[in-house]
Amino acid sequence: MNVLELKNISKRYGAIQALNNVSLAIAPGEVVGLMGDNGAGKSTLVKVIAGNFAPTSGDILISEQKAEFQKPLDAQKAGIEVVYQDLAICNNLSAASNVFLGREPTRRIGPVKVVDYAFMRSKSAELFARLKSETRPRDLVHKMSGGQRQAVAIARTLLSDAKIVLMDEPTAAISVRQVAEVLNLIRQLSDQGIAVVLISHRMPDVFEVADKVVVLRRGELVADKKAAQSSPEEITGLITGAIEHA
Amino acid sequence: MATPTLAEVIDRSQHHGLIARITSQQIFWVFLAAVIACLALSILTDSFATERNLFNVTRNFAFVGIIALGMTAVIASGGIDLSVGSTLVISAMTVSVIMSAGMPFWVGCIAALSISLLVGAVNGVLIAYAGMPPFVVTLGMLSVARSLAMVLSDNKMIYEFGPDHDFLLWLGGGSTLGLPHPLIIMVILACLTAFAFRHLRWGQHLFAIGGNENAAVLTGIPVARIKVSVYMFSALMAGITGVLEVGWLGGVTTNLGQAMELTVIAAAVIGGANLAGGGGTAFGAVVGALLIEVIRNSLILLGISTFWQGTFVGSFIVVAVAFDRFRQRKS
Repeated sequence: MNVLELKNISKRYGAIQALNNVSLAIAPGEVVGLMGDNGAGKSTLVKVIAGNFAPTSGDILISEQKAEFQKPLDAQKAGIEVVYQDLAICNNLSAASNVFLGREPTRRIGPVKVVDYAFMRSKSAELFARLKSETRPRDLVHKMSGGQRQAVAIARTLLSDAKIVLMDEPTAAISVRQVAEVLNLIRQLSDQGIAVVLISHRMPDVFEVADKVVVLRRGELVADKKAAQSSPEEITGLITGAIEHA
Repeated sequence: MATPTLAEVIDRSQHHGLIARITSQQIFWVFLAAVIACLALSILTDSFATERNLFNVTRNFAFVGIIALGMTAVIASGGIDLSVGSTLVISAMTVSVIMSAGMPFWVGCIAALSISLLVGAVNGVLIAYAGMPPFVVTLGMLSVARSLAMVLSDNKMIYEFGPDHDFLLWLGGGSTLGLPHPLIIMVILACLTAFAFRHLRWGQHLFAIGGNENAAVLTGIPVARIKVSVYMFSALMAGITGVLEVGWLGGVTTNLGQAMELTVIAAAVIGGANLAGGGGTAFGAVVGALLIEVIRNSLILLGISTFWQGTFVGSFIVVAVAFDRFRQRKS
């Protein structure tokens, strides 16, 4: 069973064909490296999946069920979470507060509902443990490394029982050691049966974790193959157009 | 006793003991400065530690302190409210005009606070929904609200407050158990504000907006609504102060609260509110206001010309913020 299936997705902006008949299937726990040059349609595809805008034509199936997303919240409810490039994190708050940002649990004291910090701390500690991350719930994000910040952003997706996590360039602009940390986090998600779509320019990172590599060129899907059966050279050729199709 | 686990040891080194945590706060040092100034003044002058003077100091700083609570919320959410002085006067004028027309206190008070909330709502809506810069919107409101107060009162002084005249003067100028009423009200409001900042989702959200507005939007926090509520909160604090200050002065003119926004912003900033957003505490607002009043009072008692006030208060703003910068760079 596929957790996500795209059937002939096209997206048009006036005269510009951003996506042309893209079809793709993702299994639970699968890590998919989504690659392509700037303007190839990666962000458009991700935004269609995340519910930012609807495709001009084509179907999105979540767990074999046809889904229609009017807004990002619909996609979130269907189990699709996005880890944004800037991580959408508040430096002035603790890790636990960031994990629960916008969905803070409350408990009642008389007529007022107060934020339940104890639950937030224990639950986020549990999530960090699941991710095998050293991040501590009470620490301010302000003091954290890039890898720990990623852990905070990813823990947020676990909170909502996501089925698919879309990650936009998570390894851009961080140190080599932190890249390893982030790739580990991706493996942890995959081990828990959560599919990960990894949008990246960095070939070594993609080949390190991805089960499958998907290449977009000028809005068309030109490759969809097992990472083990491909090579960085082939993918580079596909991205630039030196190789027509795989 | 069980040996501590690695996580516990790291936790302790990160979060320190209570003392280390307190001394790492800007507010602690500001508080210390205020206490030292008070002690020094008690020794150096005969007039500081008198009941009469302390009563005046506490009452004076309570007015700035209450507004600084609202200002801290605005600043922590990443905004600024320049209209508080004018909100104060429009609230004071409203309660005065209504009471002098023979209406009871509660009618005037509710009207004054409603007008204040309306002022805050207009600020908030223009900032949050029309996307205008807080500086510009509240600068405009600074002018509009004071002008409306002049229209409302025909720019005349009001000193007769109808049947509840004595109650109004008691509320703003009287005391209970030796404590001036504005001080008692400030303490209550400070506790409520501190609770809201720390324990309500509202507080979490406003600090999140100040920290990273984009993140707040992406995680589904109702950013626009929270912003409107923050400006309304600030205006309400100014409105409450307006009503109290009329009672204290026993009369009101339209120049009440002029340039007060600067003192209030100074109090909030000295108390640790971060003008870049995301930082500030209710306790800090109160202590910042206290320090400014103690400086002001001490200059008078020490016989130094009041012309020097601005120099001292201004220097303190810079020193407090510089100190915080220096500390952050070290850590």
